[in-house]
Amino acid sequence: MTDNGQVKIRTERLNLHYGAFHALKDVDMAVPPRMITSIIGPSGCGKSTLLRCLNRMNDLIGTARVTGRILLDGKDILAGGTAMTSLRRRVGMVFQRPNPFPLSVFDNVSYGPRVHGELDRRRLAGIVESALRATGLWETLKDRLNEHALSLSPEQQQRLCISRLVAVEPEVLLMDEPCSALDPIATGHVEDLMKNLAQNYTIVIVTHNMQQAARVSDVTAFMYLGRLIESGPTKDIFVKPKEKQTEDYITGRFG
Amino acid sequence: MRLSPAASQRAAVAVMWTMTAATIGVLAFVILYVLARGLPHVTWEFLSRAPESMGRRGGIFPMIVGTLAVSGMGVLISAPIGVATAIYLTEYTRKGMLTTIIRFGADCLAGIPSIIFGLFGFVFFAVGLGMGLSILSGGLTLALMVLPTIIRTSEEAIRAVPQSFREVSFGLGCTRWQTVLFVVLRSALPGIGTGIVLSLGRSISETAAVMLTAGSAMGLPQSLFDSSRTLALHFYILAREGLPMSKAYATAAVLIVAMLGLNLLAYGLMKRFHAKAR
Repeated sequence: MTDNGQVKIRTERLNLHYGAFHALKDVDMAVPPRMITSIIGPSGCGKSTLLRCLNRMNDLIGTARVTGRILLDGKDILAGGTAMTSLRRRVGMVFQRPNPFPLSVFDNVSYGPRVHGELDRRRLAGIVESALRATGLWETLKDRLNEHALSLSPEQQQRLCISRLVAVEPEVLLMDEPCSALDPIATGHVEDLMKNLAQNYTIVIVTHNMQQAARVSDVTAFMYLGRLIESGPTKDIFVKPKEKQTEDYITGRFG
Repeated sequence: MRLSPAASQRAAVAVMWTMTAATIGVLAFVILYVLARGLPHVTWEFLSRAPESMGRRGGIFPMIVGTLAVSGMGVLISAPIGVATAIYLTEYTRKGMLTTIIRFGADCLAGIPSIIFGLFGFVFFAVGLGMGLSILSGGLTLALMVLPTIIRTSEEAIRAVPQSFREVSFGLGCTRWQTVLFVVLRSALPGIGTGIVLSLGRSISETAAVMLTAGSAMGLPQSLFDSSRTLALHFYILAREGLPMSKAYATAAVLIVAMLGLNLLAYGLMKRFHAKAR
């Protein structure tokens, strides 16, 4: 898949049904470590569903039924006995709309570590600082840590949500259209942030925006009607796609 | 005859304004009338002394204590049970046959006349379990009576917490219980508190249910097993027995002021709740 062939997450014959609806069909995908993988495709093609499989957020939906395998560092996370809490600490998620808790900046970022048992105020402060540094918020917010998170701009809120996730030290960041509620300038900033984060984290992003996929991602996967049509290095997908459907979508003939 | 749109608009506003004015007018009249006739008789003596000769003279101190004991006990018992039930119904179960039945049952219970609860409390707690006419019987009966309200208001408050907060919390590797404790309850607390305060108000103003369970003894209760008369019941007995109306109105005035205070508290909580959920 990539130059050195390393794989962080691999799905094998992944199928998902919502009741009678077959949402994912035999998806085989590989996500390389410490790179940005984007999943593109028209609305309803299953990209968000696929993303939410990777930390088993679909389990929260009663009617979802999953078969196949999802290997995280070679271990199947769909196997019985997988501890959901430790899985989700390793594979965290950023949502479409910035959704900070209605608490202070500090309480938002320290929420995860605190619930996981870190109660020492000084260590928490250290975690909050490095998590805010990781998203470039520290300089702006270091004197406003007690400010209510909802008073921040949308871009800052989304960065804060990423900080909140980074604070629990995940390995993989799943991002579900993280810029769709942001203006173009804020989108540019968050894209730069993603590229920075990719030095330390494996990132999978779902996006509607093909230019975004082309700009930020190392690997691109194209989905259509629940199937993974094609995936590979971003430049190959966008310059010389192997499949006709991919080419049609990328050139804007449908979607 | 056909009204022009502008005229029908004016007519509608006029009708609605009249209705609103009538409602508020009647309410204000009742409250002001009782306060006007009662407040002049509310003195420190009245609040701090025990009644004499069936309430003709003296004050209402034992009734204040009794009211606080009976309603406080009712809410202290029903609040944890009700909130726990609401959490279970909203966070731990999917909508199904069983939860529908539980909700339907709660709604039915909420509509049952309080005298029926009184009768049940009398038969079950006072006689059946041998608690007699006591604060304990009265408190347990009130707990049953307000339980459905607490369940339903808590459920509403919990449901109003955005789903995304839960997803974030799960996404950070928190368990369901941690999520409930640190995210859901934290956000829903003002709403739950409002329901509890309103239930407390209902307990304080209850007459029929406590008459049959807490009894109407006028002495200062010494333990939970003593019978005790609440303010609302005291007012009822004074008014019914033709004892001095001044004392009855004074009791009513105290009740109304207490309820006003409680409702203001509930309103304040509600406002905070909505400010947060914006």
